Amino acid sequence: MLEVRNLTRSGVHGASFRVAPGECLLIQGPSGAGKSLLLRAIVDLDPNAGEVWLDGVERARFPAPQWRRAVAYLPAEPGWWGDTVGEHFASPAAALPGLAALGLPDAALTWPVARASTGERMRLALVRALAGAPRVLLLDEPTAALDPASVAAVEALIAQYRQRGLTVIWVSHDAAQARRVATRTLYCRDGRFSDEDENE
Amino acid sequence: MNSYISLGYPELGCASVLVLANAGLSLWLELGIERQLLLAALRMVVQLTLMGLVLATLFRHASPLWTAGAALGMVAFAGYEAAARQERRLAGIWAYGLGTSCLLAAATLVTTFALTGALRPDPWYDPRYAIPLLGMILGNTMTGIALGLNGLSSGLVTRRVAIEVRLLLGHDRRSALAPVVRTALRSALMPIINTMSASGVVALPGMMTGQILGGVAPADAVKYQILILFLIAGSCGLGALAAVMAGVYRLTDARHRLRLDRLAPAR
Repeated sequence: MLEVRNLTRSGVHGASFRVAPGECLLIQGPSGAGKSLLLRAIVDLDPNAGEVWLDGVERARFPAPQWRRAVAYLPAEPGWWGDTVGEHFASPAAALPGLAALGLPDAALTWPVARASTGERMRLALVRALAGAPRVLLLDEPTAALDPASVAAVEALIAQYRQRGLTVIWVSHDAAQARRVATRTLYCRDGRFSDEDENE
Repeated sequence: MNSYISLGYPELGCASVLVLANAGLSLWLELGIERQLLLAALRMVVQLTLMGLVLATLFRHASPLWTAGAALGMVAFAGYEAAARQERRLAGIWAYGLGTSCLLAAATLVTTFALTGALRPDPWYDPRYAIPLLGMILGNTMTGIALGLNGLSSGLVTRRVAIEVRLLLGHDRRSALAPVVRTALRSALMPIINTMSASGVVALPGMMTGQILGGVAPADAVKYQILILFLIAGSCGLGALAAVMAGVYRLTDARHRLRLDRLAPAR
């Protein structure tokens, strides 16, 4: 269970919600409304106030690196620090099932990062995030650059992990996708998050 | 042997024609640096003349207090220069404070080491040794620290995404920043490495040349120069390491975040 209590930072005004294991909380809202800022605050990547609890333990009690291994965040623009894909995986064996599920060959680990397309990199970054076996996964527009077949593969893979108890928070602009994956939706406007869409 | 050609003001005026020629070149080619050039030359003349007067007074009195005061003044100026040479500085007092304190620590340590170990003048703080030694060490350490901090801040800004993704995957700040730190320290030490490799083949270093012109036997001048280059290399390494490490601590925090908000806005 991930519980966020009155989380506040520049651009986010007191967000509070809970997400249960296996649940997928979808976050919708216009660009610049504070969705990515919220995700960054949850993983403690920017200074923020408020509380975040994971399975009854407060975030402050985790050393930050350990917190980020438990609560993984896949940014909309994933970064790469090495030259080849394989360098970014602590254990290549942990990457193989994910690669196969997303239609990527095992040899993708030997690719130079620069050779991979935007869509391939996004899928590789998802495999990388899942390889660390997180308890919570925060996704920021993970399928924006993907073709329909890859979108389906990503949704299926995430669904599989959710069945095994992964908690997911998913930022998406795609209304049809929202209906497919979400168990609940949070609407974001000007840094405020609520269960009701104020536009409707 | 103490015979050297004493210089008069007409001779200096004659040589200054070269700087004026440079200014003319800048005007002709529209480089736009004539003002900067002349101002720098003027600053150099004024600063060195004042330094000459200060040194003459210091040498007459050989007081530890006055020597320490002059040394601190030099460190303060060097710290200012080191801060001015950085493109992306730390915000607030850190821009000046961090570089200056590392400069102070490294230069003091290495100068004291040389004065009490290798040179041993009597008294050990004899300004005739202490001040020129400190000056040479400071000048080079200042460059090293400025290059190191500049490499750190610009590296962190350009590689922010790659660093943050490592933090997101649970790496600690030390390992996430290690590649940028390595690059910054390498660029800080490159000038002294280049100076040492070119010494004697391409360039006759200024201090050695000065001693030779002053009538010292070349073999003795060479020994002094080697000592000075060792000292400079030591101080550069110490100062840059301290500054870059302190910079890493300032630009990250205990929650292993990258804190680029602690950099001043780009100029």
